[in-house]
Amino acid sequence: MKRVVITGAGTINALGHSVTSTFEAMREGRSGIGPLEFRDVDRLSIKIGGQVRGFEAEGRFNRQQMTLYDRFTQFTLTAAKEAIAQSGLEFHGELAAKAGVVLGTAGGGVSTWDDNYRSVYEDGKNRVHPFVVPKLMNNAAASHVSMEFNLKGPSFTVSTACASSNHAMAQAFQMIRTGMSPAMITGGSESMLCFGGVKAWEGLRVMSKDACRPFSANRNGMVQGEGAGIFVFEEYEHARARGAEILCEVLGYAMSSDAADIVMPSKQGAARAISGALQDAGLDPGQVAYINAHGTGTAANDKTECAAVADAFGPHADQLMMSSTKSMHGHLIGGTGAVELLACIMALKDGIVAPTIGYEEVDPECALDVVPNEAREVEVDYALSNAFAFGGLNAVLALGRAP
Amino acid sequence: MSTQEKVIAIIAEQALLTPSDVTPSSSLEDLGIDSMGLVECIFAIEEEFDISVPFNANTPEDSDFDITDVSSIISGIEKLLSQKA
Repeated sequence: MKRVVITGAGTINALGHSVTSTFEAMREGRSGIGPLEFRDVDRLSIKIGGQVRGFEAEGRFNRQQMTLYDRFTQFTLTAAKEAIAQSGLEFHGELAAKAGVVLGTAGGGVSTWDDNYRSVYEDGKNRVHPFVVPKLMNNAAASHVSMEFNLKGPSFTVSTACASSNHAMAQAFQMIRTGMSPAMITGGSESMLCFGGVKAWEGLRVMSKDACRPFSANRNGMVQGEGAGIFVFEEYEHARARGAEILCEVLGYAMSSDAADIVMPSKQGAARAISGALQDAGLDPGQVAYINAHGTGTAANDKTECAAVADAFGPHADQLMMSSTKSMHGHLIGGTGAVELLACIMALKDGIVAPTIGYEEVDPECALDVVPNEAREVEVDYALSNAFAFGGLNAVLALGRAP
Repeated sequence: MSTQEKVIAIIAEQALLTPSDVTPSSSLEDLGIDSMGLVECIFAIEEEFDISVPFNANTPEDSDFDITDVSSIISGIEKLLSQKA
């Protein structure tokens, strides 16, 4: 089996428009969550989110592109450009024929649906723009990345709600590990912060009106974010032969299904995914120093996740650090695992563990070291990134320092 | 129908029971209504009475709406209706 490394990373999210600015915010424990700004926000009961600010699509894309790019595609292309530039890869010939794009998104072009439903239902219009369908489809972002960067290998979009990006990255990893492709573009994006997107979430009554406080006893729900995280996964010898800078190694993964409830998480399902990822990566539980938690800030997720980690790690659960960066960038739904992978890269590469901010009160049901409020300087050799989706679909990635 | 009858009808429908099986002292748990059923009940109540019920599923005990039993739900709704009027 081939070894897989990450040679490029790109992002745009509420904390920054690049990996550097996102790392800086994570180090400082800065929150990107604030008042939402979009049409009809006054009709929502949830008025906060991790919205991307200062992003002017007009300057980045031409008029023809703008008619085809929903905001989730714009985020994806912006992050992909950063990641591929960092990797230094150019896709021609055999590499182009084998390299593909596997991305995660839960909702795809949500604001395109929203705008056009408004137009036909509320404004009574009888026609919509001819490119509504290619703009809103869930695979639009993956397809535009393939076109923009000449990627002609296996390409598709994975949609498993909040685990979409982790499932996507697991697929990309597997393709390189088995020798199918020498390099893959992977990660995910989401942009649901529009009236219809937030209105749908309000209905579940699991959203917080003030802050995302994962693992804190006074937590009162999740806060939505938006953005993208995109990575270049590359076969190790391929990267080494060209002298590429390696950010970290992807060691393994596991996926599991709770087969239990459409919204309530299961400790057993999560624990099976965590243990499975350790096994696939060939790691002993005691080797893991950091977990980027799913950590949504809901009552149900956080206590279930802590119990699953305690089950999977046994006594070592009390030695490791587990933080939720959703406290800063919000929950990016289908894009969340991708942006959160950055926290693992920062821990492995720079030895800085991102904090769980907004942490105020100890919860005996979440009695792990959640790195409260301040980042920590610690050498981390191995890390996990958790994602547990609605529908009971779980995906956990295992990572290690650059070889 | 009175407020009480309307609320009992909504809860009975969610619990797949006849309204006569739902008494003011029944708790939602007694009636077999889980957290998802509760969220659906609150939605139906908001639609029926055109009110907004302050309820967060993460912190039911901190919400300004008592869901201990059917009678507490009814008095909560009556309070919201009087505030609206």
